Amino acid sequence: MSWIPAPVSRFFHRTSSPPHFYALADRFIPWLTVIFLLLLGAGLYGGLYLAPTDYQQGDSYRIIYIHVPAAWMSLFIYVLMAVMGGIALIWRMKLAEVMLISSAPIGAGFTFVALVTGSLWGKPMWGTWWVWDARLTSELILLFLYLGVISLYGAIEEKRAAARAVSILALVGVVNIPIIHYSVQWWNTLHQGPTVSKMDKPSIHVSMLVPLLLMAVAFKFYYLVAVLQAAKLELLKRETTSQWVKALLEKQA
Amino acid sequence: MPIIQAFWAIIRRDLLLAFRRRAEMANPLFFFVLVVTLFPLAVGAQPNLLKAMAPGVIWVSALLAALLSLDGLFRSDFEDGSLEQMLLSPHALSILVLGKIVAHWLVTGLPLLLVAPLLAVFLGLPEQAMGTLWLTLILATPLLSLIGAIGVALTVGLRRGGMLLSLLVLPLYVPVLIFASGAVDRAASGLPVGAQLNILLAMLLSALVLVPLPTAAALKMSVN
Repeated sequence: MSWIPAPVSRFFHRTSSPPHFYALADRFIPWLTVIFLLLLGAGLYGGLYLAPTDYQQGDSYRIIYIHVPAAWMSLFIYVLMAVMGGIALIWRMKLAEVMLISSAPIGAGFTFVALVTGSLWGKPMWGTWWVWDARLTSELILLFLYLGVISLYGAIEEKRAAARAVSILALVGVVNIPIIHYSVQWWNTLHQGPTVSKMDKPSIHVSMLVPLLLMAVAFKFYYLVAVLQAAKLELLKRETTSQWVKALLEKQA
Repeated sequence: MPIIQAFWAIIRRDLLLAFRRRAEMANPLFFFVLVVTLFPLAVGAQPNLLKAMAPGVIWVSALLAALLSLDGLFRSDFEDGSLEQMLLSPHALSILVLGKIVAHWLVTGLPLLLVAPLLAVFLGLPEQAMGTLWLTLILATPLLSLIGAIGVALTVGLRRGGMLLSLLVLPLYVPVLIFASGAVDRAASGLPVGAQLNILLAMLLSALVLVPLPTAAALKMSVN
């Protein structure tokens, strides 16, 4: 790969080695946490206090500030996992495997949050906790894809083999995501389900949109903090016998 | 031996093995018929209800029958070591895997084609939807074998892979289920079904090309 400048490729080689990554993550996590908290504070203040009450939905629309960013994250993390899976399969990069595995529970968590908040929002708005609607059903299937990844990783003893299996599954699953998303929509148009397309409305007022975007970025930073923490733990678990972990433990003792 | 010959040899071998265990071969078929007959007992035998549910009932049962039969796809080869021989053979593993999938479909998917119309008649599916039911079965049962092969290849090395297999494979089956039962449903109410059938065909063709690669990769991983 001679077309990549030497400093850049050196940087990638260094950060992809577990001890370097561990130290780097250690240094970044406090900063990322601070940025996350600032964004979260600003987003919540804007969303719960500054944003006006919706003329139709009253105050209960404010759950959007949790619900929509969580739903975005659930898709974003799955695609990211597929990218990590590709990297892990092609270059056999340990760090990509670790990041893939560490992302799965977080993604499942976001999917779960999106489902629960959607259900809480659905009760006052549509008078029902659950509808077999396009978005809801595809989100539920996404949750099962995440659970499949997590339990496949748990079922295989040898962790490097498990990571390779999970990479294949993540790549196969990502092909399925757009199919599921659109197919359920087409399927539902036949059955004339309730119309839910709230985000398709392009005219969302700026005072509501800005906190929403702030929350979306805040969730991204939360993901970064969480995935780095999880990756650190996973690295320690995998490399218990290696020299750098021993050195680390001795330093802390 | 050229690769084409190896491909046919795999199919011939798997079919021969299946015919030697004829009782086992019929199991998915019996399962399919049984599940379909359970529905009228469970939801009540009103003709209108059954007629409306027929496409969904037949397709869900076909899905479950396919899922049940999947485990046999690589399990016995894995246990007696012939899978390792396939990995060691000079031929591209993905082609050999495709041969095994084709054989699996011939043994488990094809019989459904013969029984499903009969069950559809019992459930009261309208006459004009029969052709579409057939077409969806022809297009989509191979898809079930193909997609399932990835899941089996990932779990074949595990001792208790059954539950995990259904967790991995069923979400991937969802699009097939939606388009296949949707097409039959539309045909039953006299609407055009070209779009659904075209999408199923597109999925089948791309799966034929794409599925053998991850399946072969997963098998290599499972056998190690």
